[in-house]
Amino acid sequence: MMLPVLGEVKGNETEAAVTAPLSALDELWFQVSGTVCNLRCTHCFISCSPENHSFWFMEREQVRDALEASVPIGVKEYYFTGGEPFMNREIEGILEDALQYGPTTVLTNATIMPERRAHRLAKLRDASRHSLELRVSLDGITREMNDAIRGEGAFDRCMAGVETLVAQDFLPIITCMRSWPEEETDRMLAGFRKLLLSVGYDRPRLKILPPLLIGEEAKRTRGYADTERITHEMLEGYDLDQLLCSRARLVTADGIYACPILLGVPSARMAGSLHEAVRAPAPLTHSACFTCYMSGAICSNMPAGGGEGH
Amino acid sequence: MSFPVGPPGGGATAGPGRPVQYERIAVFGGIYSNHRALRAAVEDAADRNVDALFCLGDLGAFGPSPDRVFPILREAGVQVIRGNYDDSIARGLDDCQCGYTDPRDNEYARLSYRYTFASTSLENRRRLQRLPEELRFRLGSLDVLACHGSPRRMNEFLWESTTPDHFLSKLARDHSCDVILGTHTGLHWAREFESSRWYVNVGALGRPANDGRTSVTYAVIEADGTSLDVEFVPVTYDHEELAREMREEQLPEEFVQTILTGWWTTCLEILPSKERARGRF
Repeated sequence: MMLPVLGEVKGNETEAAVTAPLSALDELWFQVSGTVCNLRCTHCFISCSPENHSFWFMEREQVRDALEASVPIGVKEYYFTGGEPFMNREIEGILEDALQYGPTTVLTNATIMPERRAHRLAKLRDASRHSLELRVSLDGITREMNDAIRGEGAFDRCMAGVETLVAQDFLPIITCMRSWPEEETDRMLAGFRKLLLSVGYDRPRLKILPPLLIGEEAKRTRGYADTERITHEMLEGYDLDQLLCSRARLVTADGIYACPILLGVPSARMAGSLHEAVRAPAPLTHSACFTCYMSGAICSNMPAGGGEGH
Repeated sequence: MSFPVGPPGGGATAGPGRPVQYERIAVFGGIYSNHRALRAAVEDAADRNVDALFCLGDLGAFGPSPDRVFPILREAGVQVIRGNYDDSIARGLDDCQCGYTDPRDNEYARLSYRYTFASTSLENRRRLQRLPEELRFRLGSLDVLACHGSPRRMNEFLWESTTPDHFLSKLARDHSCDVILGTHTGLHWAREFESSRWYVNVGALGRPANDGRTSVTYAVIEADGTSLDVEFVPVTYDHEELAREMREEQLPEEFVQTILTGWWTTCLEILPSKERARGRF
């Protein structure tokens, strides 16, 4: 089963391979709700929606098997994405399992976050020595700005979700795709801080992502130009650790992919099992690899190398 | 290979060769120019019957007058390895490459880095350049690897809540050791991640552990057969005097407040949620 809804992939994917070897499998990602989402965002790089069943939910048992397989490999952290992970009816059990293995992050739109769920998540968090991070997607500092991308009503429901999480002492990482000129980022960050303060989030954690010009976003703005490709020359002297696929793999209900961005791209399907998937290098031939190359592993909570604090 | 002058007995080895064996050691984490805490820690360790003193790097940053820590380390015979901050200063990089999204954090990081770079003598910068990236020695019968961040990357953060046991096992396996000693995060913790294999983050002398206390921390580690006794020692020092010096050097008031209150005020986005939630900001 391959994903038919992805944005068009330009060029010849079989040309002399530009690849990245896996230096260590630090991050194991799970496409836990497949391509099923309760929203239909106009920037979604994998075109998720309620009707997109190209990739189906993962079962708890499948996730557990991959978690177990990750132990001898020495995986450092686990990420759960979709679609909307909370559409998966087994998600709380899945997170409970994952937290026994390591630090766990869920990427959610927080629009289906009733109080009792937030309370149960808080219990899971408190029972584990590992961090449970909730990364909440919000794409604007106003209702108009956000809903133009995420759909009518999404802003209010997301803000309610954030408020519910904050009331349970979560410190969600608010994630936003940059849909404005770069020079406006500081102003937008200030806007987010003010907005989040209004629901009681007084020490917000913010993450701004560059747009990925595939899927719905390619229709909303533009696709990649033919010149926006990684070439062999571009990799000379480049720190490959900046690329997510040098440190991560994505587990889905239908095989292992190089990264969460390239879900459904035939050339990015590495293998049927994790064991096999860690041996092969990831192809960097897709146009979206260009954004990862330019911006560094944008999907992780922290930049490659973990930043350089002191 | 020790820092500027070796300790009696030759010290641990940074390369191949027969590793030195110790039974009980004191290990300091990042100093961040806090010469007052360093002096207090050296004096404290002198009463604890240790065989050797180590420092896991990041001598500068954050605090005042970075050159002042060098003679203290030298006189005490502390064996030092290079931290990421030392690496940047030694190589004369433009800044510490923190990469924060909060413009406030970025500004403080820049100010602090420029100050440290400009206030570190050329001679001391050269000393930093000569520091090894890791040290290996034996503690009792255990093989120890001392590093700054992680054995594989000088600037890798190993936080307690984001470092699973099997990941530590992989590091120990890949780097052939039983015990990993590190700092870099500024928060101390220790764990026996598998039988007779340990990770110890020795904390930092440079600033408090984001716990509302003004004391700072180092570790006294002793071999006990194939086990390890780890004691985290709180060090009190004249933090008010350090704060006065920082103000005199026009370092950011937010940094001064951390010294005076024990709470981190800046660069908080590197913290995972569990560690962040324990702090005030």
